[in-house]
Amino acid sequence: MPVFIINRLFQAFGVILVMSVLVFVGLYLIGDPTSMLVSPEATEIERQALRKALGLDQSIWVQYLTFLGNAAQGDFGRSFLTGQPALQLIIERMPATVELVIVAMTFSVLVGVPLGILAGLRPKAPSSKAIMTGSILGFSLPNFWIGLMLIMLFAVYLGVLPASARGETVSVGPVALSILTIDGWQHLALPALTLGLAKAALMIRVTRAATREVLPMDYIKFARAKGLRPSRILNVHLLKNILIPIITVAGLEFGQAIAFAVVTESVFSWPGMGKLLIDSIITLDRPVVVAYLIMMVFFLVILNLVVDILYMAIDPSAREKVRD
Amino acid sequence: MDVSSMQATATAKREPLLSIKGLKTHFATRAGVVKAVDGVDIELGRGEILGLVGESGSGKSITGFSILGLIDPPGRIVDGSIDYDGFDLVSMGEEARRQLRGNDIAMIFQDPSMTLNPVLRIDTQLIETVQAHAEVSTAEARQRARDALVQVGIPSPDERLKAYPYELSGGMRQRIAIAIALINKPKLIIADEPTTALDVSIQGQIIYEVKQLCRKTGTALIWITHDLAVVAGLADRISVMYAGRIVETGITADVIERPLHPYTQGLIDSVPSHATRGRRLHQIKGMTPSLLNLPQGCAFRERCERATPECLVAPEPTLLPGGKSVRCWNPAL
Repeated sequence: MPVFIINRLFQAFGVILVMSVLVFVGLYLIGDPTSMLVSPEATEIERQALRKALGLDQSIWVQYLTFLGNAAQGDFGRSFLTGQPALQLIIERMPATVELVIVAMTFSVLVGVPLGILAGLRPKAPSSKAIMTGSILGFSLPNFWIGLMLIMLFAVYLGVLPASARGETVSVGPVALSILTIDGWQHLALPALTLGLAKAALMIRVTRAATREVLPMDYIKFARAKGLRPSRILNVHLLKNILIPIITVAGLEFGQAIAFAVVTESVFSWPGMGKLLIDSIITLDRPVVVAYLIMMVFFLVILNLVVDILYMAIDPSAREKVRD
Repeated sequence: MDVSSMQATATAKREPLLSIKGLKTHFATRAGVVKAVDGVDIELGRGEILGLVGESGSGKSITGFSILGLIDPPGRIVDGSIDYDGFDLVSMGEEARRQLRGNDIAMIFQDPSMTLNPVLRIDTQLIETVQAHAEVSTAEARQRARDALVQVGIPSPDERLKAYPYELSGGMRQRIAIAIALINKPKLIIADEPTTALDVSIQGQIIYEVKQLCRKTGTALIWITHDLAVVAGLADRISVMYAGRIVETGITADVIERPLHPYTQGLIDSVPSHATRGRRLHQIKGMTPSLLNLPQGCAFRERCERATPECLVAPEPTLLPGGKSVRCWNPAL
């Protein structure tokens, strides 16, 4: 088991290395950030001075190696734009995004899994067909459109929920949380719903497919032959077996949402990391982009590790495979 | 015949435990109605062992599932009655039926690698079977689970209780499935080809042990199989099924030594024995008919050497002395 975790971490460093090269070269090719940073009237000498100050006068490989050396010591550089440490910028924005995504994912699992099981148990019932039609809409309608419609309905027509920004926050140690205040929840509701609806639609489909696959299994029929109550068959025999695909997809979606909740955050002016990433890409603020992506790779690797550990908790034969 | 089976046959005459009359289980498919079971009569006494023999697709498993009420749509029991110990299983409510399943009537399935839930420990799967039918503490249920494993001859039961199915061999898993079937001391066990997926050596052991356990506990058994040789040494009586109907029933020795129905005769002739050594085995000519499109009259007519024009009308079961019954116009009397 420890060997397994260490292997995973090594793999993570490999991925981070490759990805950082790609991002570095990619942003280098796109253009020169100094043109964004100085006024259009600036002289070539002023530009040169800025390039030198930011280290951009060096060759790309020297810049990269310098970055690696610093990163190994935990320094991911400073934003070209604000001069703040890149890592600090990201971490400041992180709670807003994580909070939003956790609420959205919880919503999608709590709604998607029961509806998916329902649709899987009785595939021909009208209610199941309605659920499946709803789920097609849920993930084929574009995210921003759902967001705008929700704003129109709840913020404009009904006027019951705010349309943008984060609500009142409470500091828990260094972290500012808005899920602890009523105002915070009011602000969270619409963006979380926007993000959660498409995910719920996906959860419905995954759960339904898994349910349809497990139901005809002999062990379900045997459980019935044992005279178990239907609730026990459903909550233990079926649920435990469909959890693996559900956890896989939920894990992937969670990571994806954390890293790229950009659209939802933009529509609702949510001050999260996605907004920061987009702003940094536009201004070619390389340190922030690179630091952000490295953090996300690291986060996704950890998330996958957690998912794998969850597999082992559910599926006893998966446990055997890593016992070395 | 040994003494116990003679007693069993004697009790059977007094008051049957299970009495199936005219059972029809049909499946409405897109291609048409599949008459998987089409008029089956079975009578089974307490503690009696019945071998239900037939080819695959003859409806023997569906008969078993019909008794337990485990027929799923598009399948449906369209006609007939199943009387079990005074209960009418066909019209009975689902909750009442659940209380009988696994408690009064238990079932053992064909493939032991598929019947145990792969993500649940053995103890969980045994304990839940006890607790589904009796309000007992988990400790008490665990004790019963352990006893059940000992009963079916599983070594170091405490270790096995904590194991997951994938850690056990096929034979071991089938023993556990048998322990699950026995745990609530049912009056009837339906065993659906439980040894087909096992090694021949394990097969023999399991058949022997199940027989001993049923005799000891007075449990009636319906052993479903396609292998006449398997039930020859096991069953008190044999019912032979063909295309959804029982074509012949009788005491095991009678059926095997003096088969009445040409299909039974064909089955017996195709079992290898010392007498047939070195010779080509007999083969029943033709193919099993499609259940969607059965021939008119007797379903075996087109493959039968004794077929006569009468066979265009389906024969009804003829009762003969000695508890025999045959569905044929030209039985070998």
